[in-house]
Amino acid sequence: MMTLINGKRLEINSDETDLNLLDFLRERLDLTGAKNGCGIGVCGACTILVEDEPKRACLMKVQDIIGQKVLTIEGMASPDGSLHPLQQAFVDAGAIQCGFCTPGMVLTAHALLLKNPQPTRGQIREALKGNLCRCTGYQQIVDAVITASKHYI
Amino acid sequence: MANSETPRPAWRNDAYAKVTGKAKYADDIKVLNCLHAVPVYSDYVSARIISIETADAQKQPGVVRVLTHKDVPGNLQYGQIIRDYAIFAHDKIRTSGDVIAVIVAESRQQAMDAIPFVKLVAQELPAVLDAEEALMEGAPLVHESHGSNLANYHCVRTGDVEAGEREAEVILEQEFTTSRIEHAYLEPESALCVLRQDGVMEVCGSMQHPFSTRRFVASTLGKSLADVEVKTVPMGGGFGGKDDTAAIVCARTALAAQLTGRPVRMTYTREWSMRESYKRHPYKISYRMGLKKDGKITFVKVRIVADGGAYCSVTPWVTWRSTVQCCGPYIVPHVHCDVYGVYTNNIYCGAMRGFGSPQVNFAIEQLIEMAAEKLGMDEIELRRRNMVRQGSVTITGQKLDDHTVSLEQVLDTVLKESGYTEKKQRCSHGKPGDEEWYGIGLALSYRGMSLGAEGTDFNSAIINIQPDGSILLETGVHENGQGSESAMILLCAEHLGVSKDRIRYRQPSTSNIPDGGTTVASRGTIMGGGAVVNAARQLKEHMARILAPDLQCSPEDIIFEDETLCKKDKTRILSFSEAISLMYARQEYPYSFGVFQAPRVSWDEHTGQGKAYFTWVYGCQAVELKVNPHTGKITLLNMYAAHDVGKAVNPALLKGQFYGGMAMGAGYGMLEKCDVSDGRVVPTNLHQYKILRATDLPEMTAIIVENPDPASPSGAKGIGEPTNELMAPAIANAVFHATGIRCPDQPVKVSNNGK
Ligand code: FES
Ligand code: FES
Repeated sequence: MMTLINGKRLEINSDETDLNLLDFLRERLDLTGAKNGCGIGVCGACTILVEDEPKRACLMKVQDIIGQKVLTIEGMASPDGSLHPLQQAFVDAGAIQCGFCTPGMVLTAHALLLKNPQPTRGQIREALKGNLCRCTGYQQIVDAVITASKHYI
Repeated sequence: MANSETPRPAWRNDAYAKVTGKAKYADDIKVLNCLHAVPVYSDYVSARIISIETADAQKQPGVVRVLTHKDVPGNLQYGQIIRDYAIFAHDKIRTSGDVIAVIVAESRQQAMDAIPFVKLVAQELPAVLDAEEALMEGAPLVHESHGSNLANYHCVRTGDVEAGEREAEVILEQEFTTSRIEHAYLEPESALCVLRQDGVMEVCGSMQHPFSTRRFVASTLGKSLADVEVKTVPMGGGFGGKDDTAAIVCARTALAAQLTGRPVRMTYTREWSMRESYKRHPYKISYRMGLKKDGKITFVKVRIVADGGAYCSVTPWVTWRSTVQCCGPYIVPHVHCDVYGVYTNNIYCGAMRGFGSPQVNFAIEQLIEMAAEKLGMDEIELRRRNMVRQGSVTITGQKLDDHTVSLEQVLDTVLKESGYTEKKQRCSHGKPGDEEWYGIGLALSYRGMSLGAEGTDFNSAIINIQPDGSILLETGVHENGQGSESAMILLCAEHLGVSKDRIRYRQPSTSNIPDGGTTVASRGTIMGGGAVVNAARQLKEHMARILAPDLQCSPEDIIFEDETLCKKDKTRILSFSEAISLMYARQEYPYSFGVFQAPRVSWDEHTGQGKAYFTWVYGCQAVELKVNPHTGKITLLNMYAAHDVGKAVNPALLKGQFYGGMAMGAGYGMLEKCDVSDGRVVPTNLHQYKILRATDLPEMTAIIVENPDPASPSGAKGIGEPTNELMAPAIANAVFHATGIRCPDQPVKVSNNGK
């Protein structure tokens, strides 16, 4: 059983399929960019992309990603460490405060822009509504997504 | 000067780590051989403990140790003001968040599985769940040793209210209530503790007050402060909420590490966090206000009762700020204010962004408009007739003459930016038949900066320049997510005349730098920044003295700018790196330790008079919204804020504070309420405790007003809290202008049959 995580093939053992996906990512793979803010699917801090769709890892099992392509925040930047334009836009817009929501926000916005490279501010808010942020009021996050959108066209 | 647009991209030193997922928060750090701890609660709200039985739990698979009060070698009781908080409940259960035991196991799951095996034998006691009832004769005492349920009392006595009553031509009486709310930081509490081979207990945690955490840990373990080292790791939000509870989580984890000799991690679930962590105090506020027909306020009489819950925490300080600011930013000649902080068996309350001001602002900024309505006067005009101006005297007798009193400036800025006056004409006032009601509203405040007469207020900074010219900077300020480290770096760069790229903020630890107090009260930039500026000044004086011969001028004539030291007339220049090499060659360390001590404040507890704060900030926020007459649904349309920040250090991040504060204030205004039923916190997770989402919030306009403050070495003042104390009353006022309905109870709700 295989999965593709951040471009790398990973063999899943049969005793792992039933594990909670968020715990698996964080504890077994040390992909701690996905955070646990609620554990019940309401905050979006654990967001990952499965086949370019935002998903809540806290509600999933490892078996849900078998044969699937997974992107976590650790896979967004280039291998040389340079930031993806969307990440750079988050930095430049001041969209990061405590940073706990940031991985989930970036990934959710990435999924949106892949589908809709010219979203309105309203569409961005709609796409991000499942990702809670207590620090920023979302204003600069929306700004960041607008700025980054030109890189997706 | 209003400075609205700054095109510079935002900069923060930790942005790269955070945006790539590399930033390691407390629960992200891996340690070999680590044990996992979990808390155990009881089913009671108020009970006498007969015994806590742990033998069965101890036998469960993977369980290494079960800790109770019997295992605490140091002080069982702790508290920042009153030592009334038991690290483990031992005599009584006083609230449903009390922890009776901690289970330590090889895995988190094993620890969780053992929770039901801890047995508490207890005798239920009557609980007191209402603050007013708690103050009555014969009410059950939450802490018998305290002698009453009154945790604290403050007053203000200004002038003669009887005289004010006689002068008044119009009198208003109104009661307001505000709700308990949850900080809802996105990261629940977490701690990781390792007993080092040198005997030092090393603590990493999601906490916003390393020095307070160190005191809690040392007190619990019976260790000296020097034997505990608290290190800072990125923290997923605090907003005042990661002081006591977070420190207690660290203390329990440290105890587990001490007793097992192995590293221990304790990460809270959201459910535990909601149940155990302290909240913002719910207030009941009763005002009586008198005015002359010309709009001048003659007196204010106010009684405030704050439900502090089962433990004191910082209730006396929170309620003290409410006392000082109980009349809003207005001149009132006669004031009689009583504030009671009360023990109940509810979840306890402590610090939260705003710290006693959101509650009183919610009330007073509505009351002032109610007065305007009664007088038939424009609400802005009434504010202008009473507002503090340069040289005004506050209700506690403090003359506002040592900084720019910019209340009218921020008001005018928001009026202009929002188009208030014109839009006010379009408000619906609950017009029958309309499909949508529109309203605009605003609120004003002044806020005492930093701790004021609440406590000792000083901070330090170390600038340590390395032989290659790179710079290590550290301060006693904590990075809560607001960008304090970045602000400190920028101030250091500016004052040394070097590029910020030279500067690395050293990972802070309580063993590196003296106790600078807590990063609360919006004091990070003003206090930490003050220390950085003073450290930079000392360092420049030292370097100038040593290097004056090289520049062939007197030390006073040396300027530090653009990565150089130069003679005033620019005839001699040393690059910064050359200058540092010369310092080392002369056996002189380019090192300095700077301190900023808050200017003196004063307070008389009996009369409630004094110079409460060494300086003040001024702010105004407005909101446009619409209300659906059928459903009562409130939709926010636009929000505006202007705050005098003294000086903007990092404008983009500063605006982030504006936006975040407005958003949280809007949630307080129209949504948030952490209900408690029979003493139990009702919401268990974020599906029940709702905060505003991206779709609930409108576009926001942030206007930075700068009047550098002479009392602040950097000129800057704080902004974290001022931004979070105004949107709720602005919404209440806008809802009134939309519907004609006054909402003295927070959160504001419009009943669905409209008017
Ligand atoms: S942790 Fe998965 S949605 Fe909150
Ligand atoms: S930046 Fe803190 S929760 Fe979004």
